Amino acid sequence: MEYYTLVVLLLAATIRVATPLTLAAMGGLFSERSGVIALGLEGMMLGAAFAAAAASAASGSAWLGLGAGIGAALLLALLLAFACVTHRGNQVVAAMAVNIMVAGLGPTLGLAWFDLGGQTPQLGAKAQRFTEIVLPGAAAARAHPLPGLIYAELISGHSLLVYLAAALVPLAAWVLYRTRFGLRLRAVGENPQAVDTAGISVTRLRYQGVLISGLLCGVAGTYLSIAASSGFVRDMTAGKGYLALAALIFGKWRPYPTLGACLLFAFTDALAARLQGVPIPIVGVIPVQFILALPYALTVLLLAGFVGKSTPPRAIGVPYAKEK
Amino acid sequence: MSAAGQPAGRSRWGELILLPTINLVAALLLSGLVIRLIGESPRQALQLMLAGAFGSQEAIGYTLYYATNFIFTGLAVAVAYHAGLFNIGAEGQAYIGGLGVGLVGLVGGNWPFWLVLPAAIVAAAAFGAAWAFIPAWLQARRGSHIVITTIMFNFLASALMTWLLVNILIKPGQQSPETREFGAGAWLPTAQSLLGRIGLTVAASPLNLAFLLALGAAGLVWAIIWHTRWGYALRVTGENPSAALYAGIAPPAVMLLAMLASGALAGGLGLNELMGVQHRISLDFPAGAGFVGIAVALMGRNHPLGICLAAILFGALMQGGSELSFDLPHVTRDMVVVIQGLVILFCGALQNVFRARLRRLGLNL
Amino acid sequence: MEPTETPVPPALELRGLDKRFGSVHANRAISFSAARGSIHGLIGENGAGKSTLMNIVYGFYTADTGEIWVQGRKREIRRPAEAIAAGIGMVHQHFMLVQNFSVLENIILGAEGGARLQGGVARARAELAELARTYGLEAPLDEPVERLPVGLQQRVEILKALYRGAEILILDEPTAVLTPQEADQLFRMLRRLREEGKTVLLVTHKLREILAVTDRVTVLRQGAVVAEVRTADTSAAELAEKMVGRAVLLQVEKTPARPGPPLLEVRDLEVRDAQGTPRLRGINFQLHAGEILGVAGVSGNGQSELLEALAGLCVPSRGAILLAGRELRPAGRGAESRRALGLAHVPEDRLRMGVVSGFSAEDNAILGYHNAAAYQRGPWLSRGAVRQECERKMAAWDVRPPQPAMRIGRFSGGNQQKLVLAREVDCRPKVLIIGQPTRGVDIGAIEFIHRRLVALRDEGRALLIVSVELEEVLGLADRILVMAGGEIAGILGRAEATEEKIGLLMAGITGAAGSRPEGSPP
Repeated sequence: MEYYTLVVLLLAATIRVATPLTLAAMGGLFSERSGVIALGLEGMMLGAAFAAAAASAASGSAWLGLGAGIGAALLLALLLAFACVTHRGNQVVAAMAVNIMVAGLGPTLGLAWFDLGGQTPQLGAKAQRFTEIVLPGAAAARAHPLPGLIYAELISGHSLLVYLAAALVPLAAWVLYRTRFGLRLRAVGENPQAVDTAGISVTRLRYQGVLISGLLCGVAGTYLSIAASSGFVRDMTAGKGYLALAALIFGKWRPYPTLGACLLFAFTDALAARLQGVPIPIVGVIPVQFILALPYALTVLLLAGFVGKSTPPRAIGVPYAKEK
Repeated sequence: MSAAGQPAGRSRWGELILLPTINLVAALLLSGLVIRLIGESPRQALQLMLAGAFGSQEAIGYTLYYATNFIFTGLAVAVAYHAGLFNIGAEGQAYIGGLGVGLVGLVGGNWPFWLVLPAAIVAAAAFGAAWAFIPAWLQARRGSHIVITTIMFNFLASALMTWLLVNILIKPGQQSPETREFGAGAWLPTAQSLLGRIGLTVAASPLNLAFLLALGAAGLVWAIIWHTRWGYALRVTGENPSAALYAGIAPPAVMLLAMLASGALAGGLGLNELMGVQHRISLDFPAGAGFVGIAVALMGRNHPLGICLAAILFGALMQGGSELSFDLPHVTRDMVVVIQGLVILFCGALQNVFRARLRRLGLNL
Repeated sequence: MEPTETPVPPALELRGLDKRFGSVHANRAISFSAARGSIHGLIGENGAGKSTLMNIVYGFYTADTGEIWVQGRKREIRRPAEAIAAGIGMVHQHFMLVQNFSVLENIILGAEGGARLQGGVARARAELAELARTYGLEAPLDEPVERLPVGLQQRVEILKALYRGAEILILDEPTAVLTPQEADQLFRMLRRLREEGKTVLLVTHKLREILAVTDRVTVLRQGAVVAEVRTADTSAAELAEKMVGRAVLLQVEKTPARPGPPLLEVRDLEVRDAQGTPRLRGINFQLHAGEILGVAGVSGNGQSELLEALAGLCVPSRGAILLAGRELRPAGRGAESRRALGLAHVPEDRLRMGVVSGFSAEDNAILGYHNAAAYQRGPWLSRGAVRQECERKMAAWDVRPPQPAMRIGRFSGGNQQKLVLAREVDCRPKVLIIGQPTRGVDIGAIEFIHRRLVALRDEGRALLIVSVELEEVLGLADRILVMAGGEIAGILGRAEATEEKIGLLMAGITGAAGSRPEGSPP
């Protein structure tokens, strides 16, 4: 009995942790497929996290928070697109610049507006957060053995944003492979000249790719600060944006494998949280620092083992300029 | 299309001085906007910053002390850049390099100075290089994106050092996670004492011998990159790996060596911070210098002279910034980070914005 | 009595098109017209302004002044979309295809017929079947483009244009990647298009193509139109003279070769690519002192791999290479050791490999020789020595302008190539292997380089020259080695070599489908 309860709870935690990763990774998918490196996911998520928490605290509404979060991320995405697409700047540098800038800007504005040392005020009221949605019959189902438990813990009881993230993956796949937009987007990441010659605007497609990544990072950041937590704290993304990018690379830039990679990362994270302070056979208690470092070490391992065989979109990272 | 062009040298001053200055001004203007957004006066902030950074001997000492760290990390980023690699891991490499310095400091507190200093330099370089080795090797051998792996290694360095400082190296009986103080033999002489020996009196400040070591490192980097065949091989690899291969250079080996050198330079930060100022290993002593190094390298156009100048500028920002928070409580170190990000943006990604306009004015850029 | 008809307006008419790029006057008040239902040639050497002109017609650039009239109506063409709307289609020299998309996906890109792909795809299939019937242009719709041979990829490009309703088809250097037989096939297709009333604009620098298939030809020189004639009324010599402005030696003069002992020997060489597919198989030949061995073949048939293996840039999976009797070890620093042993290499792709475009001329003059003792003073690289050497090379090979500190990108293609040759020849190599010696080089420099190469041969060196330009091979080589499908299709002496024979050898092994697809554009 106890054993599988543990597993179900672990999986439920996995889903929650995977949500921001999946949202960011799907955003990154559109950006990278269009040919723009998605290193700015971290900064856009962090900016959204701050904006969402600040707006929610100030207005009392989680929905306004979501709007603010998305708005902030879109602004950052616009900046990135401007630097990378319009001005053909170095995409890695531009993204790192945004990430660093946001890391300082959040606490600066937070301090100025809320005077709490850079944080935003604690969100208490239910309306200010996207709290769990309990599906009908979940309370009753909980008492029953395995299927009921799965329904109660795994399927029901997640924040609205989690369900949104889950629905997003098939949507992304459909858009990418079954629509005109998706065809053009994939084309511009492989051979922007071919797209230009066909009379389609390369600039517009790439802007769209980057803005979509901003939109989805906006949701991801909002989730982090007002659904998974109750406010913004400095550096709260803690590298999740980079993990999302690693998941995308590991998933070979395809929606479902990327989802799988995000779940893998999330599972490791959830497992690590469980293992804190718990003695393991032979090794004993693993120091908390190493447990916290697990996702980062896993990222390195994954990139070491598998990237050699996965090919990114052919034209990625190269600013498009008409040849003379 | 062979119009008799201007020789490549003509655009040097534009490249090294004019463009970075304009980019800096743009970054500062935007930062001013942010300052206004949080309800403070940008002009007042700028005045306080300048005064705080250069207003007294002590202030200048602090500015140069900060600059020392940034020269090391800036050189680190620049050397990797010349090989075509973006080393974001200078923060972690400085952290681990400092571990090496700290170990020498803890062990060699009673050694004669002529032994401690070289040992510390070697340790800083070796430990820093070691931390750069795995991401570098993974990029060369497995094609793993070095940007992501170095960022991960920053996090891993933090985890490792925290664990070490809390559990192993901590001074017994103490609460805060730091080691005991180094023996006096392992302290780098301060500027005050060095200048005192030749009869000059200056105010006390953290500025120490490491500043001269940093300048020496900058000179060495300049000489090697532009005046030796290894530097030539490095530059060819960074500009065009195919041409490098054609020229009999092995790009993976060069890239690996460049990253090792980069990590080694980052480790130099430990000499300044640990042996020169803190005299113990403490938590998070790099304090973001690895990232400032990126801004410094980009602003300095990856040239040691530009890097030294940019490092002094950021030292001034750092020192001026911390003075600033006394008078304008809403402007903290975080604001300096914002400025950093904007500088990286303008010098690294948007630099072409102004280039075209300047070209139209007739300047050869 | 014949009813009087209003005269049919030309399909395409350009009036006074002018375009400058900074100080470069690329097109000077160009006017010409192409009649409907004809094949019109546009010829000029590299840098004459042909590509710029066609890019203006297709909307990539906008002319500073001038007008474009299509089918008798003035059109504003500022973007490719507007050109397509005007009925203009273009087949570029480097194909504009998304490699991992299918043929169908490539064709409908931009004309998908709706936000959801499903509906448009069905309609596209029907229309393409119709096009295949009318013009004989068949292509496997669901095959990924990267798996198709080059000739077929080009056909996909033509289908793309026709699918978008092109009445005017512009082809930019279309035979650069085709065997002579494939080129003939292309010409047959073009004639068929002409019969159906389409207008074809053939842009090329190859005289034989103009003479083979066009009705009229316009000659561009230094950005201006210098002649427009009926093809039947002119000759190769006349066109060449108009292209350059003076009488041109179409053949380099040389005395017969006096070959000496073999300096380079290749035995059973095999090279595989990263996937393990053999790109070069069973290569056996000898190269003698005092001879030029020309390697002919459409690019993508193993010539690049051959050059790389000989130069030490890749490790062969089998076989041996002997230089003056000594076997060369495929070590990691292969290229460097071979230079020391007397084998120099001028790469096919100058900008990708032969020079570092961000460096100055003097820094490029030591590329590959930066470890030479002559340049070192202790641990330091002596900039003075480097500069002096560069000045010497520039004088010896007439590189203009003779400014060692100038960025190499500011030199013309011809001067860049002369500097590269100066660099490689300076160390007195026994064997010189050269890929595409005159790619991107203007005619004046071509003559200079050809003369110098023959002079090197007469000094007793051994030269291996790979070129996709058959005329160059026929002009320079003493013996000709023909590559096809990664193998040697045949080795002919110059006397017995004709274009027909070589063409047959080029196509012989791979059959009617044509050559292997290229890995990357030349």
